[in-house]
Amino acid sequence: MSQSTPQPIASPVEADTPPRKSRSALFVQGAIWGFVVLELIFFSVAGRFLSVSDTAFLDLDNMLLLLKQSAPIGIIALGMTIIMINGNIDLSVGATFALSAIVLLDSMTWPFMAAMGDWAIPLAWLFALGTGVVLGAINGLIVWKTGVDAFIVTLGSMLGYRGLVFMYNGEQPTSHLNWTLVDFAEAQFLGLHTATWFLLGTVLVLWLVMTRTVHGRNAYAIGNNREAAVNAGIRVGPHFLINFMLIGFLAALSAVVFYSESGSVNPNDGMLYELWAITAVVLGGTKLSGGYGSIISTLGGVIAIQLLRKGLGYIGADTETVNLVIGLILIAVLFLDRQLNRKGSEELKI
Amino acid sequence: MTALTKAGIGGLLARQGILVAFVVFMIVFAIANPRFIDIDNVSGVIRSSAILGVMALGVTFVVIGGNLDLSVGSMMSFSTIVVLDLHDTLGPTLAIPAMFALTLCLGAFIGFLVGYLRLNSLIVTLGMLSAIHGLTLMWSGGQNMDIADKWGTWFGFFGRGSIAGVPVPILMFALAAVVLSLVLSKTPFGRKVYAVGGNGTAATFSGVPRARVVFMTYIISAACVATAGLMQASRSLGSQNTVGQGMELEVLAAVILGGASLLGGSGTIFKTVIGVLILGFIQNGLLLIGLEFYVQYVVTWVIIILAVWLDVAAKRSRLWSPIA
Amino acid sequence: MTQPVLRLEGIVKTFPGVRALDGVDLEVRPGEVHALMGENGAGKSTLMKVLGGILQPNEGRIYIAEQPTVMTSPIEAKGKGVVFIHQELSLADELTVAENIFLGELPRKSFGRVDWARLYAETDAILSQLRVRFDARTRVGDLSIANQQMVEIARALTVDPRAVIFDEPTASLTDAEKSVLFDVIADLQKKGVGIIYISHRMEEIFRITDRISVLRDGSYRGTLVTKDTSEDEVTQLMIGRSLDLSRNASHHELGEVALEVRGLSCGHLYRDVSFNVRKGEVLGFYGLVGAGRTEIAETLFGLRTPDAGTIRIDGKEARITSPIDAIRQGIGLVPEDRKGQGLVLGMNCRDNMTLPQVDGLTSGPFVSDGAEIEIFDRYKDKLDIRTPSWRQTVGNLSGGNQQKIVIGKWLSMRPEVLIVDEPTRGIDVGSKSEIHNLIRDLAAQGYAVIVISSEMPEVLHVSDRIVAMYSGKVMREFTSEEVTEDSLIQAISGIVPDRAA
Repeated sequence: MSQSTPQPIASPVEADTPPRKSRSALFVQGAIWGFVVLELIFFSVAGRFLSVSDTAFLDLDNMLLLLKQSAPIGIIALGMTIIMINGNIDLSVGATFALSAIVLLDSMTWPFMAAMGDWAIPLAWLFALGTGVVLGAINGLIVWKTGVDAFIVTLGSMLGYRGLVFMYNGEQPTSHLNWTLVDFAEAQFLGLHTATWFLLGTVLVLWLVMTRTVHGRNAYAIGNNREAAVNAGIRVGPHFLINFMLIGFLAALSAVVFYSESGSVNPNDGMLYELWAITAVVLGGTKLSGGYGSIISTLGGVIAIQLLRKGLGYIGADTETVNLVIGLILIAVLFLDRQLNRKGSEELKI
Repeated sequence: MTALTKAGIGGLLARQGILVAFVVFMIVFAIANPRFIDIDNVSGVIRSSAILGVMALGVTFVVIGGNLDLSVGSMMSFSTIVVLDLHDTLGPTLAIPAMFALTLCLGAFIGFLVGYLRLNSLIVTLGMLSAIHGLTLMWSGGQNMDIADKWGTWFGFFGRGSIAGVPVPILMFALAAVVLSLVLSKTPFGRKVYAVGGNGTAATFSGVPRARVVFMTYIISAACVATAGLMQASRSLGSQNTVGQGMELEVLAAVILGGASLLGGSGTIFKTVIGVLILGFIQNGLLLIGLEFYVQYVVTWVIIILAVWLDVAAKRSRLWSPIA
Repeated sequence: MTQPVLRLEGIVKTFPGVRALDGVDLEVRPGEVHALMGENGAGKSTLMKVLGGILQPNEGRIYIAEQPTVMTSPIEAKGKGVVFIHQELSLADELTVAENIFLGELPRKSFGRVDWARLYAETDAILSQLRVRFDARTRVGDLSIANQQMVEIARALTVDPRAVIFDEPTASLTDAEKSVLFDVIADLQKKGVGIIYISHRMEEIFRITDRISVLRDGSYRGTLVTKDTSEDEVTQLMIGRSLDLSRNASHHELGEVALEVRGLSCGHLYRDVSFNVRKGEVLGFYGLVGAGRTEIAETLFGLRTPDAGTIRIDGKEARITSPIDAIRQGIGLVPEDRKGQGLVLGMNCRDNMTLPQVDGLTSGPFVSDGAEIEIFDRYKDKLDIRTPSWRQTVGNLSGGNQQKIVIGKWLSMRPEVLIVDEPTRGIDVGSKSEIHNLIRDLAAQGYAVIVISSEMPEVLHVSDRIVAMYSGKVMREFTSEEVTEDSLIQAISGIVPDRAA
């Protein structure tokens, strides 16, 4: 390194854009989309020989339906991405989803709501979303104030919130069909279903948050090196709180999208959603240890899982194979990631 | 020296706090409803906790070794379905060892991935949760599995029988707890589990075969799951595909409640048994005072958070977290 | 005289049962590089925590530009122009250089958006001051350690600093990188910034500082003017006595060759390394961090697979593919990172010590308590390990006693060859000489010992022979008679002897 010749580093200041991605990061984040394309090709080709149905796999209606069906888990998985970039995890989203759904449907039967006509709908949504935010805030506050690991906190509240779900209406399903709401949920705008619009809207907003805002960049910093973030004056506690409120909100939004159409909640609904969401996030390449991950890749992970479900069904495989295949793919992704990051023979064998 | 002994006493309280809480809890409920400590009731609670308990014993090894096992629930469904199915095709004498062998294969696969390939245990066992569920569905063809001749088999012994008036599930749980407790606290292998979970790198630098130790913890966990599956199948003589669904997190809750750290290197079998019993008696106590079963979920939530919070608070010697 | 930029007066900080700082004074003038020295545990880091607002002093005052000030957080300290550059890099390596430099204070636009244009412009301005060659948009993880250190320094320049505190900044830098760092310090000096420089490296202290303040046992021992003092005087002030650093070659007969290594290579970590060590001999390995010394030790212990070369133990060719192989063939390794690699901190003293041989200490299927305690007690006495009981958690012991547990762990295995990597890193001076004597004793008892160290006095003090390494190669081997400090420094800096002559 020569000190005698000062090197001006003046990098051309480009337009007001966030940092570009390194090539390897692009490769890793592109991998999930490559996988999605592979799935499409495989199921289209295999479908010709094996399919029991007459329509092609790549049929537009089929694909639109796929996007719509991706929405409930997808919206939750997007929130989980942020939580995991923070280096936390949230196991309570399934229960939050169910409780918000109950509030959504039950609130429309409340006497004063019945008197409000169609105005009851946005209000019910508000109640449901509020429920999600409050449940998320409880998690966030406990993580912040007690310093107990988020895994344990949300493992506890997964049980606790599920208990609240049961206490609301015992073991009975909670039902309320509002036809205006069902029409809205089943509507298609520019070809896409309402649920798909919610999914894409969430992707857009969260992508902007994570790449363009101070809060998003801090989320990466905290997950990447928490101590450094603390030393730099980032207030980690409130930051966590906001993100847990956000994922609570998204779990509730997912419930709003799904139950507006179906109109009936069982107290066991949403069980294992946390595990599906985490699977999608990990498939998208987000690191469990935090500091690394992307919203767009999570969308890829969500679509990849849904394609697999639909595709296996399309080529006549039983639904049970889906669980097996997704589980093994998750492990294979982990294995590949590890192989790609190996330093070869120079690595210390510990 | 006085400071040291004081710290020793404080540390002892912190370590045994959950035991103290358990005793207090039992006394309060016994006063509220004397039937609570009735011998039949106590025996009933332990019996119904035995399946969860045996699984928790195995997961304790995995957690002390510094890993997680989220697959035990779906693996238990697998064992149950397989043993019920084989019961009618192979007969009970062959079905049981065959089921154990198959379950141990699953455990070995996980142990290989986590131990030898060093893949993240949370994700591996999450993937296996799904994969084993798929295997179970494929085995059963999506149907419930029932033993054809429920009254003509001795198979019900493990779930329904009793020896000298003590129900067999309780005996199996107790036996497993004693054996595994000795393995963990007294054998060289047990010592190595603590070392690997406490600091895997230092264990390697001391010549401890880390991969093999982790592998063995998953084998032990799978053996416990197979035992639990046997008890479950034997008790019900018929089962759904999803009998163990969600148990992975309840099991983990019991282990954490017992005070094992998710970071590895700490915990004991005795404490896990306490954790299991607390969960069982809470459920029972709430039922006895006339509350629905699901109230226990909320109570368990509060208790887990409080237990772990007090534990970390004792370690950092301040109640509230230093997070800004 | 100009007024000091920073002055600490009578700082007292007590913890339950300990008086960590006992009336410490410190004064830093503008444009001055002021060294702060003292053993580990002397109170340097406590003092810096008080200065940075992480700890509140019980007594005493802090003045910035002669204004009495109360510091409540590192952020506030930074706002007042007092900036810390920490020993351990505190960077987020997935983020860019610019984002790291402005971590916690990213410029904002409406809706909480980051003002990228301003961020990059300001970063470029700072980077050009430092004359570095990387871009504001580079991912920090892609930079070399030295450049990461530059990012850390760049952080200090986001404010107009009055005082900059460097805490062991050169620990992982090469010589070339060090001189860049020293240029930056000189630049800051010219601007009238006061600098506190914390280091254990005398040579650097005497190269760049103006004055030296010394702490011992939490109290202020005085300030010396660098150009009027000597290393001996500073050392005496630090430890209250002169340290005996005389050569200490063996006076006993050496035995057979215990370990012989021929042509060992491993990737680009080290190439064609040959040496041997005899029973009763201490072989020193000296070189900079990254020269390949630790990697050779790890290979001998079965943690790395060599591409080529042979290892002979007691004359027989040995195949070592795992630590278990290495232990079986009589090799013990006291690793460099005591807490990360040497000990399971949450386990008790006895269990740590007997860990490698616990399989052999059984009666029936169970570990025999008696056999374990016997071993522990034997080595506790032999090594003078100070702990109330074997039940004590290792994490609660002092660094010196922890190191003795690790050494005891291997001695109790009666190894042919004992490798000790950085035997006294992070250990206070008193325990240091104890460990040095212990190593000499082991050799006298007939053990073959390899000592790897980055501290020249240490290598000179304990070794019978010294292997000097540079960039993965053995440059030269010295006997204790022929070695001089100059020739050793040349060898580890890559200067070939005959060209230097």
